[in-house]
Amino acid sequence: MREIKASLITQTVKKLCIDANCHLDDDVKNCISKFHSEEPWQQAKEILERIIENYEIADDKKQPVCQDTGVACVFLKIGQDVHIDGDLTEAVNEGVRQGYEEGYLRKSVVRDPLDRVNTGDNTPAMLYTELVPGDKIEITVAPKGFGSENMSKIAMLRPSDGVEGVKEFVVKAVEAAGPNPCPPIVVGVGIGGTFDKAAYLAKKALLRPLDKRNSVEFYRELEEELLEKINTLGIGPQGFGGRTTALAVNIEQFPTHIAGLPVAVNINCHVTRHKTEVI
Amino acid sequence: MSINIKTPLTREDARKLKAGDSCLISGVIYTARDAAHKRLCELVKEGKELPLDMKDAIIYFVGPTPAKPSQAIGSAGPTTSYRMDAYSPTLIAEGQTGMIGKGKRGEEVIAAMKKHGAVYFGAIGGCGALLSKCIKKAEVIAYDDLGAEAIRRLEVEDFPVIVVIDSEGNNLYETGRQAYFASL
Repeated sequence: MREIKASLITQTVKKLCIDANCHLDDDVKNCISKFHSEEPWQQAKEILERIIENYEIADDKKQPVCQDTGVACVFLKIGQDVHIDGDLTEAVNEGVRQGYEEGYLRKSVVRDPLDRVNTGDNTPAMLYTELVPGDKIEITVAPKGFGSENMSKIAMLRPSDGVEGVKEFVVKAVEAAGPNPCPPIVVGVGIGGTFDKAAYLAKKALLRPLDKRNSVEFYRELEEELLEKINTLGIGPQGFGGRTTALAVNIEQFPTHIAGLPVAVNINCHVTRHKTEVI
Repeated sequence: MSINIKTPLTREDARKLKAGDSCLISGVIYTARDAAHKRLCELVKEGKELPLDMKDAIIYFVGPTPAKPSQAIGSAGPTTSYRMDAYSPTLIAEGQTGMIGKGKRGEEVIAAMKKHGAVYFGAIGGCGALLSKCIKKAEVIAYDDLGAEAIRRLEVEDFPVIVVIDSEGNNLYETGRQAYFASL
């Protein structure tokens, strides 16, 4: 049994909130650069140049890449041999509170979906925990903007719809979103599980680096095929036309019921943010 | 080649702008998003005075991050505009001539734009750090309690936008995509 102080969790979450919002990871930057060099449509190319310029300014000034610094989605993989000294949920929320205040990040959370009063400190975090073997905690902070979140979709397809049904649903979701989620986008797809599990898988898929494909060949090929299909829609960066509509399609799959084929599409914008640290 | 726009933007000048035009806006614009729009429209409904003069005004749909001590404003890119569709026709009828945001607009907004002479500009979404450099001054003028959603008066210089929907209803989201396909 290893003891981890709640204060260390707070400190780490705080740091990751600020880092994730101000500095895009290299996998995202490299992907945007690659699509920029391959983009055939001049206006689209120019927009991608502005996007590159933007994240360079953010790096340089330690300023948020986007003003929507999101809800803080916090994923914890907790080693089952860890004992946490203190209140875990409160430790995470305190990290978010401190990070969003000290990092000059926008507070975008309302206390109730209908009365809509801002909590003023961006808490609570959307907290997901998973128990894993070991005596460490892996903390990932993924701030999620809502321009893209609002364009997400879920469907309970019939097993007979098969892979063709999945493809159609994903491509249609992206086409319907059009310019709204700030393309180029990253498409997280969850296939299988239950209604809620599919949505969780889609969100989790967005955590995977853009240069890392699904480890199962069938799904890797499906990711590649879907990306190609999406990039023939012509929506382009910001929806003004062009090839680069999506930077990547990341799929996570899971066993499901004999009667079901749940599919969830969670869309992220080009400001795809996630930072991880192990304590 | 960009068109330079000096605010206020008159109805007459708004009608001259065409979908696809690149523009640089200088002068005063105002910020408002969901919660502020709701309050403004309630005031209009009650026949009360608005906290800003809507005549020839440009409203930027944005909720910026807090400014660091050395900054006029934090990151400040556009938010998705369709959430303002329920409110924009009322404000256009009150005199508003320009909206800056990103994403699609509803038919009711486009009808109001055609009727009164107003234009919908797009700024690059997700480029809040870059766009904030064009904002020289920011001051909250109403609804401070809304935090990031308060109404701010911004002084901007060469703020880059593109006309997405013009006062005749031409739409770059449609024509841009068609032009790209035609080039293939």
